[in-house]
Amino acid sequence: MLSSRSFAAPARQCLRQARASPRWVPATVQISARFYSAIPAKDKVAKFNGTKNKDGNYTVTLIEGDGIGPEIAQSVKDIFSAAKVPIVWEPVDVTPQLKDGKTVIPDAAIDSVKKNYVALKGPLATPVGKGHVSLNLTLRRTFNLFANVRPCRSIAGYKTPYDNVDTHLIRENTEGEYSGIEHVVVDGVVQSIKLITKAASERVLRFAFQYAEEIGKNKVRAVHKATIMKMSDGLFLGTAREVSKEFPNVEFDAELLDNTCLKMVTDPLPYNDKVLVMPNLYGDILSDMCAGLIGGLGLTPSGNIGDECSIFEAVHGSAPDIAGKGLANPTALLLSSIMMLRHMGLFDHALKVEKAIFDTLADGKTLTGDLGGKAKTHEYAAAIISKL
Amino acid sequence: MLSRSSARSAQALLRGAKSTPSSVLAPSMTRSLATVQSDIFKPTKYGGKYTVTLIPGDGIGAEVAESVKTVFKADNVPVEWEQIDVSGVETGNKHAEELFRESLASLRRNKLGLKGILHTPVERSGHQSFNVALRQELDIYASIVLIKSIPGYQTRHKDVDLCIIRENTEGEYSGLEHQSVPGVVESLKIITRAKSERIAKFAFSFAMANNRKKVTCIHKANIMKLADGLFRNTFKKVAEDYPSLETGDMIVDNASMQAVSKPQQFDVMVMPNLYGGILSNIGAALVGGPGIIPGCNMGRDIAVFEPGCRHVGLDIQGKDQANPSAMLLSGAMLLRHLGLDDHANRISKAVYDVISEGKFRTRDLGGNASTHEFTRAVLDKMEAAI
Repeated sequence: MLSSRSFAAPARQCLRQARASPRWVPATVQISARFYSAIPAKDKVAKFNGTKNKDGNYTVTLIEGDGIGPEIAQSVKDIFSAAKVPIVWEPVDVTPQLKDGKTVIPDAAIDSVKKNYVALKGPLATPVGKGHVSLNLTLRRTFNLFANVRPCRSIAGYKTPYDNVDTHLIRENTEGEYSGIEHVVVDGVVQSIKLITKAASERVLRFAFQYAEEIGKNKVRAVHKATIMKMSDGLFLGTAREVSKEFPNVEFDAELLDNTCLKMVTDPLPYNDKVLVMPNLYGDILSDMCAGLIGGLGLTPSGNIGDECSIFEAVHGSAPDIAGKGLANPTALLLSSIMMLRHMGLFDHALKVEKAIFDTLADGKTLTGDLGGKAKTHEYAAAIISKL
Repeated sequence: MLSRSSARSAQALLRGAKSTPSSVLAPSMTRSLATVQSDIFKPTKYGGKYTVTLIPGDGIGAEVAESVKTVFKADNVPVEWEQIDVSGVETGNKHAEELFRESLASLRRNKLGLKGILHTPVERSGHQSFNVALRQELDIYASIVLIKSIPGYQTRHKDVDLCIIRENTEGEYSGLEHQSVPGVVESLKIITRAKSERIAKFAFSFAMANNRKKVTCIHKANIMKLADGLFRNTFKKVAEDYPSLETGDMIVDNASMQAVSKPQQFDVMVMPNLYGGILSNIGAALVGGPGIIPGCNMGRDIAVFEPGCRHVGLDIQGKDQANPSAMLLSGAMLLRHLGLDDHANRISKAVYDVISEGKFRTRDLGGNASTHEFTRAVLDKMEAAI
């Protein structure tokens, strides 16, 4: 907890919009209590605040990442410029630095994302076992990206045992099992704390309902394990029931984690009309599981949503073994960039590029090696451009 | 190997941390943390019969337990049931706690049990799940879930044959939670070296005894560096004692993804409590659902056999629709545990034959046979085999 003190400041600002119901006044979080009263309710959680520059373009921060990152980022840049998407890229470097013994990202990168409100990010390699906090985690904390959105849609042209999957999963991104609060009690006994707060739960739940309305699904389901973790998951579930009352047009129900796992793997189709929302760890596991249903992390987009800014990313690894060989599949980053366009309100461009991508994949003529094709990264990108 | 002194201090702490009466726990606890090779035990026979505690459980429990009783009786299995109808459903019955204690006593006496799943209401606070309490009280620390494709029953995945070994007594299910201030809840996940070592040894011994090739440790040590890190490191240390087995480790989210895309790569998997719950359900879905997944909870001297997927099935309670296979196969595991292999083989073969033939399948497997019809078909198969 102490190590995350420095990130608390932006966190507090974001709490403003995720205000709690007036009945609930936090007893100890005095500072955020001020915001609850001072700021009137905003219409929307996590609204995109970016503005066009004088040429009519939005500036987007680009974190190319490690390994195959630069190659797949190049594909996105090429395709976007061919599709005349009104975006100019601002590449930044996020090589971690140690400042006062803590892992931080360079100020230039932080300033860029803060200024542009939106970023696209390739895969980052986390150095293992060096006492580093993972860079992904650092980014999430720095910008207080409280919700992770993970849609998974079956790709025509890539056959898996599951057809017509179209799931939307929202994961709480800042606390839960990944609070990072752990300690050794005595040698050989470790306590790891799962932290669930009403404020964070409410924020992600409200976002989930709002997201469901936006994408035209009228059902939200909370996934929990409140039979065993009665207080923590119970708080999440109770908050969900409360928030659901604010959205009378959206149907709400809850399901036990075990049942969700079982039913999704047996038959994912009943989940096509729902948005699932859950605490951190369950979301992490289930979102990767859903990716497995449709062919892996190379085909799924991801968006990390915060109140101030949002980062869209490819969640697969940096694949250092094939870096620089032109073998990488840029689909995940491309689909993430399309989520980003929708977030920015550029729906027409999103639709156009998305259609080109899915058509190319469905054609099956120019696929990269991981999908059983022989095309190079740039050939695949060229095929998409020709479909635009 | 643990050094003696560190093991002792961990035990001392565990003793203090548990809420159970120390008079019961202390001696059994010390013993139960010993090596698992000695965990192969045989209950004694009285009058030519074994006494086995039967806890039908809630939901479909009564129906599938009935099916097991019928099949066992027809096969003249030398087992005497000691049935205790404990329930987790809130009925206003004040005897629930009493019955629960009685079932604990019975299990301690008989060392053997066959159990359905007890319901845990979400609403009731301040009450631990009976299922979890039972496992913790009896220290039946290793849950075994066998997930195997049934020949003749087509699912999306072929040739799945994996086994999930799950730590049953600590981790996320420690039951330690508190509200620091209103709206802020902490839930403790406890991982100890002693218990991690015990489950790792169990997994390796199990793999050796069952001719398995590979043991994979499932964890999330990249995020929970201390807790899951301890679990993984302990696993690696124990693995050094079993050079003939292939070992590996995988992060839980990746494992879930691999499980739904390439489940054939897994053999024996060992993991902390919560991940076991998730993966056993994913695994069950791969081969046909919770109705056909047997399981068992092993302790130092008590073994309780129960359906591996732990679904109560309140929704189909009393409708004669439940699939008794999971309970029947768990029963067969129990018989094998007793060395009654003939009975076990006859029963499990009959169950598998009925499913693969496809004439009598319950609803969960796409058929429309009732529990009774399925049981009847199993009995007919067993009769035909003699």
